[in-house]
Amino acid sequence: MSLRVLVGCKRVIDYAVKIRVKPDKTGVVTDGVKHSMNPFDEIAIEEAETIRTALAMGADRGLHVEVDAKEAETLSPSHVSKILAEVAKKENINLIILGKQAIDDDSNATAQMTAARLNWPQATFASKVEVKNDKLEVIREVDGGLETIEVKLPAVVSADLRLNEPRYATLPNIMKAKKKKIDKMKPSDLGVELTKHFDVLEVSEPPQREGGVKVEDVDTLIAKLKEVGRI
Amino acid sequence: QSTLVIAEHENNALSPITRNAISAAKKLGGDVTCLVAGEQCGNVVSELSKASGVAKILVAESELFKGRLPERFTPLILASQNQFNFSHIVAGASAFGKSLLPQVAAKLDVAPIGDIIEIKSPDTFVRTIYAGNALLTLKSNDAVKVITVRGTNFEADPLEGGSVSSEPIEPPADTPKDISSFIKQELSKSDRPELTAAKSGANFDMLYKLADKLNAAVGASRAAVDAGFVPNDLQVGQTGKIVAPELYIAVGISGAIQHLAGMKDSKTIVAINKDPEAPIFQVADYGLVADLFKAVPEMLEKL
Repeated sequence: MSLRVLVGCKRVIDYAVKIRVKPDKTGVVTDGVKHSMNPFDEIAIEEAETIRTALAMGADRGLHVEVDAKEAETLSPSHVSKILAEVAKKENINLIILGKQAIDDDSNATAQMTAARLNWPQATFASKVEVKNDKLEVIREVDGGLETIEVKLPAVVSADLRLNEPRYATLPNIMKAKKKKIDKMKPSDLGVELTKHFDVLEVSEPPQREGGVKVEDVDTLIAKLKEVGRI
Repeated sequence: QSTLVIAEHENNALSPITRNAISAAKKLGGDVTCLVAGEQCGNVVSELSKASGVAKILVAESELFKGRLPERFTPLILASQNQFNFSHIVAGASAFGKSLLPQVAAKLDVAPIGDIIEIKSPDTFVRTIYAGNALLTLKSNDAVKVITVRGTNFEADPLEGGSVSSEPIEPPADTPKDISSFIKQELSKSDRPELTAAKSGANFDMLYKLADKLNAAVGASRAAVDAGFVPNDLQVGQTGKIVAPELYIAVGISGAIQHLAGMKDSKTIVAINKDPEAPIFQVADYGLVADLFKAVPEMLEKL
């Protein structure tokens, strides 16, 4: 079966940046802050690349669905899943691979919602994907361990941390990528309306833990823990 | 206003997080209904029937629900929603709840509200973003609120004092049977308390011994799971488990923000690390700057 794979990518504040909440509590500070691709999306791309290489098939291009800055602030998995579903239909996609969550809003919903909108099966939190004719056998990370399921293509996969190790982008590849075609479109070109589902009332600092004390040795540690009744 | 709670269960026993979801549902106000779907749900239904403040239990028994595939649960939840018009649909923010509820939300064309830590009012919720480094308070404009609940932030319902009646519901005829199938589950076996329901978390052999002494669970950082020292389900952090035990002993844990996201709500945090600058000390109630290979055996001897 020939595969046409769609991978979604999100630009997020780099995982190593210490987040600062804006003084007016409308969001977090993003100006002048290092941004990177969502780490889970890197895993999704690597998986698509692996599958593609395994099947020795071609064509890759980019698609940038642009939303204006104001709309981007309230863009949520509901909207992104609609966009992805429409792109999938338009492009005859039969496999969508997405990161399981973005490290900014930590929603963990886009893959599931995309699958539901397309009536495709989903394999979330994947740690291993094997293509078997018109099916995928997927090992998933679940609460108690691992689970194996089979989904029929077309399907949506969401990548967990251990699906693969994304390669580093090398300079020659970055230069090559710059020449690749990137189509631009707007959500309206896909017939998607960005209805606002919720209002952000406040973005605030979480309560800070009070710094504790350093203890000298194991004896003192055990004594302290007994004192507060934890052991 | 009324709430549907999706019960999660395993091997015929209710999963603890369902009790947290029930107490969140009660906090929302209005009638609370529980939905139990599975192959044989008798035990789970009888556990749930003891809950006070629950109006009824909907029970769907069918082989279809083996392996808890979301493609088969979603139509059932939608059918219940059509019949009863709930204002809220709630589940625990577990692997199961997180897989399933966004599907339901998409079908209802609403935005799912994931992993909430607080209910301000029936339409206003608090959830964490950026690995817990900021709190988002949002007001939902959707007619139906589809919510997953972080277990550690809502106390477990005691499941006592009630006598709830149950009624059967049929899985819809158009439930898709051949687009996905469950093959197998390999659960890590342990006699220790389950990680999310236990006393502490930390790193392996000697740590297991320490954990046994304290009747504690063992958790791990991503690095330890990636290195294959422990199975995936022991990972604590932004993308792993969120725990809030009485006592959390972080052994040789540096304290990356992604790890802190999973444990900083613990009641008492102990950090043992030979690097005095490790960020874990900033959240630890008691910090011991020491080589873990010396400190842990000493603890084992003295406890």
